[in-house]
Amino acid sequence: MTRGQKRELRLGLFFISPYIIGFLCFTFFPLLASFYFSFTDYDIFSPPSWVGVDNFVKLAKDHLFWISLRNTAFYTVFSVPLGMTVAFALAHLLNRQLALRPVLRTIFFLPSIVPLVAASVLWVWVFNSQYGFLNWALQPVCNLLNLLPGVRTAPPNWLQSPTWAKPAMVIMSVWGVGGTMVLYLAALQEVPKELYEVADLDGASTWHKIRHVTMPMISPVLFFTLVMGLISALQVFTQAYIMTKGGPGSATLFYCLYLFQNAFEFFRLGYASAMAWILFAIIVTITAIVFKLTGRFIYYEGEHNR
Amino acid sequence: MKRGGVVAPIIAIALSLVFLFPFIWLVTSAVKPDEFLKRWPPVWWFTPTLEHVKGLFDPDSPFKLWQFLANTLFICACTVTGNILASSMIAYGFARQKWPGRDILFYAMLGTMMVPAQTMLIPVFLMFRRLGWINTFLPLTIPAFFGNALFIFMLRQFFLTVPRDLLDAARVDGHGELAIWWRVVMPLSIPALAVVGLFSFLNSWNDFINPLIYLLDESRYTLSLGLAMFQGQTATEYGRLMAASTLMTCPIVVLFFFAQRQFIEGVKMTGIKG
Repeated sequence: MTRGQKRELRLGLFFISPYIIGFLCFTFFPLLASFYFSFTDYDIFSPPSWVGVDNFVKLAKDHLFWISLRNTAFYTVFSVPLGMTVAFALAHLLNRQLALRPVLRTIFFLPSIVPLVAASVLWVWVFNSQYGFLNWALQPVCNLLNLLPGVRTAPPNWLQSPTWAKPAMVIMSVWGVGGTMVLYLAALQEVPKELYEVADLDGASTWHKIRHVTMPMISPVLFFTLVMGLISALQVFTQAYIMTKGGPGSATLFYCLYLFQNAFEFFRLGYASAMAWILFAIIVTITAIVFKLTGRFIYYEGEHNR
Repeated sequence: MKRGGVVAPIIAIALSLVFLFPFIWLVTSAVKPDEFLKRWPPVWWFTPTLEHVKGLFDPDSPFKLWQFLANTLFICACTVTGNILASSMIAYGFARQKWPGRDILFYAMLGTMMVPAQTMLIPVFLMFRRLGWINTFLPLTIPAFFGNALFIFMLRQFFLTVPRDLLDAARVDGHGELAIWWRVVMPLSIPALAVVGLFSFLNSWNDFINPLIYLLDESRYTLSLGLAMFQGQTATEYGRLMAASTLMTCPIVVLFFFAQRQFIEGVKMTGIKG
């Protein structure tokens, strides 16, 4: 290494030194520590004691663990594709000359910046089965359905119903897709107009243009939002903590809520650390699978030049 | 961009009403007199009242609006300062001259964004507990002074666009690297710093799990935590709850109208908020 290079190295390390310290204190050592804790019995009041793979064995037999995993899978499987579809549809609707476009874009975007706690408190009241807004809006629909012979429907009890509490959370998540929509809208505006003109000459239908021009052209953004959406859906916590506390029964006991309860309510820190590492492994695995499965569908501009 | 058509605008307007209605429900419930709140079907025509909003300013209310607001703003001010200073300094280290190991460290840093926060939560909590920082604002503010991977990434992208000649000219003039960062790069990067400041503010304003873990006394609560606790205590006082939610949301909406460009830029640069 020349003297110049050494100087550059020293300067570079000097500038990033806060990050290195932060990385060691808030990421690296905590990761090591939680990995160690996951093999211990630790209740915060007495020092951790080594128990081997006991926590993992107990988790495999813990039915709440499996329920929380199932609930989280349900939420992820429905909220991510639904959110992406709605965001795409909205972006597609707005990607044209409309007088009201700025207003509509603002209306669709605003829910995504409402503080999650405030949004959760609001949606508890929206979902209220007695006086809530949603069931008021659904009542006419049910009345119409009831005209059919043999049909007896009523709006669901949402957060009080073990069946409907999770779908309620999914519905609420769709309200917040504005950020994704903004991303898609920006990507749509980058798609060269000529591609659509050529498709028009070939007599392509709207659906064909979406499927064979738009989607391939914005596939990097679709992929990015899919990965980020999956990662954040797997960590869903605040809504459930505020709106249902995991109930009714354990219908909305999501993985991170159960993890939090173990750590900070039951003080089973070793057990919770084991859960945290399993979550980490799940996220890494799912991301790797998504990379593998979608890789060939993603079109990066200029790739053929490389 | 396509021509208007007739169907698409109608669908778009109909959908915008669907997205808007929770807001209307929020604000109307916040100003609806108690006797109309629990009525079926909902009453849409009434004389608005400020009784719920006033109730929040009552010193005996469990929702101590002024206290929670002051705490939240203090935390936000610290994290905005910390993130702007630290993330920009680190980003400059990653953007200026190439040095051995720079790119490896940079990609390693991006990789850490994948690690779920829950994995670090317990050891970090134990560390702050050992330091005696529980029930103080320190766990919520100090980490910002060590930078944030996402903000570092955003700022680095921006710094790379600063013309090299400008930096070299400053070097020829005998300025040290710290002076170049502070006096040349920072002033040129105000638009990017504004985005980082805004998103850092939003993160702290909206944060729930960290205040929940670290703050114990009601006098230390942030708005998020205070609202959640208030909801736990008074699950049926919807007028007041909606008033509190409205007050917590209002500043963000106002901020959006003043800084629309930064919001949209930030979303585009960070992908998904939060």
